[in-house]
Amino acid sequence: MSVTPPAQVPEAEEAYSLRTGAQELATGFLVPLAATLLAFLIGGLVVLLTGHNPITAYRAIFEGAGFNWPYEWLTGQDTRASGRDLQQTLRTATPLILSALAVAFSFRCGLFNIGGQGQYWVGFIFALLVGTHLEGLSRPLHVLLCVAAGILGGAFWGGIAGFLRATVGAHEVITTIMLNWIAIYGGKWLFELDGPLQGAAPSLPRSEIIFDSATLWIIWSPYLHAGFLIALLALVVYYVVLNRTTLGFEVRAVGFNAEAARYGGINVRKSYFLALAISGAFAGLAGTVDLLGVKYAVDQSDFDTNFVAFTAIAVALLGRNKAVGILLAGLLFAALSTGTSSRNLDPDVFEPALATDLATMIQALVIFFVGAELLIVYLWRGTRRYARLGRPPAEEPAPL
Amino acid sequence: MADDAPLLELKGITKRFPGVVANDRVDFDLRRGEVHALLGENGAGKSTLVNVLYGLYRPDEGEILINGKPVELGSPRDAIDLGIGMVHQHFMLIPVMTVAENIVLGVEPTREKVLLDEDAAEERVKQIARSFKFAIDPHARIENIGVGQQQRVEILKALFRGAEILILDEPTAVLTPQEALELFGILRTLTQEGMSVIFISHKLHEVLEIADRVTVLRRGKKIETLPREGATQEQLAKLMVGREVFLRVDKKPAEPGEPLLQVEDLHVLDQRGLPAVRGVSFEVRAGEIVGIAGVDGNGQTELIDALTGLTKVQNGVIRIAGNDITRDSTRERFDEGIGHIPEDRQRRGLILDFTLAENIGLHDYRNEPNSRFGWLRPGRLVTLARRLLKEFDVRGGGPTTLASSLSGGNQQKVVIAREVERDPRVLVAGQPTRGLDVGAIEFVHNRLVEERDEGRAVLLVSLELEEIMSLSDRILVIFGGEIVGEYGPDVTEEELGVAMTGGTREAVA
Repeated sequence: MSVTPPAQVPEAEEAYSLRTGAQELATGFLVPLAATLLAFLIGGLVVLLTGHNPITAYRAIFEGAGFNWPYEWLTGQDTRASGRDLQQTLRTATPLILSALAVAFSFRCGLFNIGGQGQYWVGFIFALLVGTHLEGLSRPLHVLLCVAAGILGGAFWGGIAGFLRATVGAHEVITTIMLNWIAIYGGKWLFELDGPLQGAAPSLPRSEIIFDSATLWIIWSPYLHAGFLIALLALVVYYVVLNRTTLGFEVRAVGFNAEAARYGGINVRKSYFLALAISGAFAGLAGTVDLLGVKYAVDQSDFDTNFVAFTAIAVALLGRNKAVGILLAGLLFAALSTGTSSRNLDPDVFEPALATDLATMIQALVIFFVGAELLIVYLWRGTRRYARLGRPPAEEPAPL
Repeated sequence: MADDAPLLELKGITKRFPGVVANDRVDFDLRRGEVHALLGENGAGKSTLVNVLYGLYRPDEGEILINGKPVELGSPRDAIDLGIGMVHQHFMLIPVMTVAENIVLGVEPTREKVLLDEDAAEERVKQIARSFKFAIDPHARIENIGVGQQQRVEILKALFRGAEILILDEPTAVLTPQEALELFGILRTLTQEGMSVIFISHKLHEVLEIADRVTVLRRGKKIETLPREGATQEQLAKLMVGREVFLRVDKKPAEPGEPLLQVEDLHVLDQRGLPAVRGVSFEVRAGEIVGIAGVDGNGQTELIDALTGLTKVQNGVIRIAGNDITRDSTRERFDEGIGHIPEDRQRRGLILDFTLAENIGLHDYRNEPNSRFGWLRPGRLVTLARRLLKEFDVRGGGPTTLASSLSGGNQQKVVIAREVERDPRVLVAGQPTRGLDVGAIEFVHNRLVEERDEGRAVLLVSLELEEIMSLSDRILVIFGGEIVGEYGPDVTEEELGVAMTGGTREAVA
């Protein structure tokens, strides 16, 4: 048995400046950027191992994601192919960004919301119910009602976890995971053959299709729907609510230091409930725009294959729970996904099968490095300290 | 006792950290058999200097000599081998193991090279305890003995490893006055046996009591080394802070008005659900400071939490200016006129990741003009913060600086500014000067007296007897969750000390 002493610090103040310095560095763009670059670097080495040129491979993925569109557009080239690719990237990014906000908002309140997927589905189903009913409404009204229903559904599902946390102290990680599976299996039951919400086609485990009046406008033909604008708006709402409202003040206070928030007179339990409900609203909105803009209906099998809100946890992580960060991280993850899809990637450059694996690998590496950011910061500072001290502090034997 | 040839010499030690010179050509020497105190404010470089000596930091410049020979200290192991032992402020003991096991840890006597020889370990611990006249039970588990005893175990640990130079980092910070006296007794015995002690402190009266010589550090520089004889608190304080400091709080006699805080038969449970406050009744009137003295853990924290709504009241009544607030939430109590300077400013008083403006708005962010219809108006908070930071002379940052980057004293000023700004009727101050240095303590004390003179009722809960005695107009002693005595301001430290340890249980007036 050995005793590990607390880290030796010169003076209390020195320790603070070191800690805040590290935090500032970590919360800034530097670490996520470094993590991303590092992930691409290692991914490039793997590409090299498979006998391909990493630069041409990355370039193909870049173009597959449609990121060459602005260049082509500016230089007056034919932008049809790149435009479609970019639309797909933006469309994929939409639910990622919205679900990431569901993770981020809770996180700023000190909660880890793993329940985005369940909230996504409940929002989706609520919106579906409105979208498949109320025939004859004007399009703006019908869309608005669907969106409201989706937000409400997600908030309801997130709110359950929030309510449990606030009243009996049930940990949100456990409850949100359980609620995910309730939503997923509940959804499969609803739309199974002879299920309560199975559509008119008797042999298909599938819902009805929403009315045309409930579909989102296509803002850039053929793929990109108005849901992308909703996601952008949600980013603004996220920022404003957190930083410009008393509710956001309370959420941030609780997230940073719940004890001090309580001392300050803030109702911590209420903040927990609201944070998870608002998170749920974002995730429910993600499900809604997927329904109204892309899917128009749901297959029973979708519940087994769609895990967008889990990927979104990584997006929130990489985006450091900041609005701009989430936008960029959402675009990156979406680009990796569309850029390596067999439709978009030139198979002569890099086999899409390999590329899809590469995308997954890069995503995983990014998450790993972002997760290890404190380690990176520590190593960075540590080496500088090493240079001063002649040895890293970690190797100091325990005194006595 | 002290022999004049230095046993240890530090010459021209310079240690730089990014942005600060923690030690700037500091000279220090230690003679055999003396207690040499290192005195300085927080951040003056005391800990850095002894960490250099203990091999935890390598100095950028300077040399260390032991018995006149230069030595290289690359790690604490080297320091231990050279007979240097250190007792940290936070003990490094394993709670579930016995005293003897903790002492021999890492240098255990063994049988067959693998088995711990418990008998031998115990025998050797007993032996060393006897030779230094330590009263300690080697079988006792660390978790079952008091803090003072634990500190002795730490000292024994160092002695067991052959230490002749003992570094004690703020050793009295965790002790009661009685325990501190016992520690001083131990230190005297040790120096008589030829040990030498480096005693780090920022408490002047202690230094004058135990040290043979005192070295004052200020902002990384050695200011002066002087013998205890002839040194005064005022002189040391001036050297420490660099300006004249008034240690005595200058105050007029209290002119108490009507009772603003009334507590009747208050019962509160602690976190484990055990009774912590048991039937406490008292009142604090406008324009007086009532001090609550007591050894840590006798219900003070629970009392404060109950007054401020942070924990449930089991039984009893709390009134603010006659209004029953017993069932009110924390926020309602703040609005009712309670101001609260919390015991732990970093855990509770401040949100370190918030800016100073946000911290100053911690209670009032939702009130006009700081917000309207749920919309925050950060500009208003910044304006308010700018005014308060100036008024309270907070240094080291502006309204948008993060609270974490301020020093302890300035952080406390922010807390006090926030609480006083709300013009409370009752100000509850829990250990308001904990961890602060002389200059900041002076500020806090004067401010509390000012608040009293403004006509507020001030309840001061502190573990520092000196603080209680110099500020309070009336003193209540809490022991085992009960008020066991009430005294006027001219009570002696001895009387209070006896009451604090349960020696008297006289009826409360």
